[in-house]
Amino acid sequence: MPKPGDFMPRDHAWQPPALTPDYRTSVARSPRLALHPVQNTLSELIGPVFDGSDVGALDHDLLRNFARPGESPIGERICLQGRVSDENGRPVAHSLVELWQANAGGRYRHVNDSYLAPIDPNFSGCGRTVTDAEGAYSFHTVKPGAYPWQNWSPHWRPAHIHLSLFGAGMAQRLITQCYFEGDPLIAKCPIVNAVPGQVARDRLVATLDLDASVPFDHTVYRFDIVLRGRRATRFENRPEGA
Amino acid sequence: MTMAIAGDDLKETPSQTAGPYVHVGLAPGAAGFKMYDQELGQDIAGPNADGARIRVVGRVLDGDGAAVKDVMIELWQANAHGRYAHPAGGGAVEPGFRGWGRVTPDFETGQWAFDTVKPGAVDGQAPHISFWLVARGINIGLHTRMYFNDDVMAHAADPVLASLAPASRRSTLIASRTEPEGGLVYRFDIRLQGDDETVFFDV
Repeated sequence: MPKPGDFMPRDHAWQPPALTPDYRTSVARSPRLALHPVQNTLSELIGPVFDGSDVGALDHDLLRNFARPGESPIGERICLQGRVSDENGRPVAHSLVELWQANAGGRYRHVNDSYLAPIDPNFSGCGRTVTDAEGAYSFHTVKPGAYPWQNWSPHWRPAHIHLSLFGAGMAQRLITQCYFEGDPLIAKCPIVNAVPGQVARDRLVATLDLDASVPFDHTVYRFDIVLRGRRATRFENRPEGA
Repeated sequence: MTMAIAGDDLKETPSQTAGPYVHVGLAPGAAGFKMYDQELGQDIAGPNADGARIRVVGRVLDGDGAAVKDVMIELWQANAHGRYAHPAGGGAVEPGFRGWGRVTPDFETGQWAFDTVKPGAVDGQAPHISFWLVARGINIGLHTRMYFNDDVMAHAADPVLASLAPASRRSTLIASRTEPEGGLVYRFDIRLQGDDETVFFDV
């Protein structure tokens, strides 16, 4: 297999800068020197390969992957689904997608989370899946709750789900957060507002797809994701990673 | 099949911080619960890998010199023969070698450690391990590299190290070998800002 093509440069005016003073923790954790540009080498052009054997049958289903027999997590049942494509519009197929979130009360199953909302014994907040040939992914879960955090002053995070994406090369590696249409906390969140432009921030909001909902079971939220694309588009119709 | 999306919808999805609870999703054992029989990224080289077995230890330090205790680091490396575990990686690798791993520090001390094999030279570059860091307060994942201080000759010919000016910044990417009893250990501390800020790459 020949060496894959270089990635198009990342648009740092679109992505959040390292230092966003309204988000307190970024102040001491942001590099102050400019990122050093490098020509992509094999080390960035490719990355780990995952396949179906890395992922279990229930890993994408947070309603079931930690629930005791006959039980279910508390909360609004939703399906979060979307497609992963690259900047050339090609599907990112057979690529690992991982997810984590708070439970419906806004509490994470994490030794360092001491929020007074309770742990849900039937909910992990952890899931993973692999995209299909068209780049599609789907998770069943409950809608997470908002929760408080200490910024410069006490703040509230809007309800959100964290997503981790691989693509086919380490340079595509991305972690983002997905918010929910209509949440008034989104516009007030310093972490959301680390992203400089409104058009870009709007891309982080999942939209309700009521027509796709399953009556008397769950609603559907759509969240499409775009990873960096490669310069070489000779194989226009070849899925990324294929 | 090309998808019908246009304009700003074709730009990369904006990054958001991984936050303090990244381990829930990517390292649930560290978060305090058992989720999977085998967590991804816990075995970097596998049992059959050729080459020298090494341990790498370090800390990630913030601008105040405090350890970043909630960081999550991913590693990506070639095997001892300079091949990546990938169809375009230069050839077959040993069964069980993935060359990719996840590392989380001790939440009390911020110290982390991982075991692997020393990579070989790859694609005209000196032996190195690629690092990708995410944490609360880091808005977009940081790419850096670790080289080994016993490969001085190879460093002179490495195109990435050679591109760094001033040359003094190269030292921020070079791990120091120590020889405790019975092992090959390299120390690699990463400084997010301040004097000796580690070089981070726009890959």
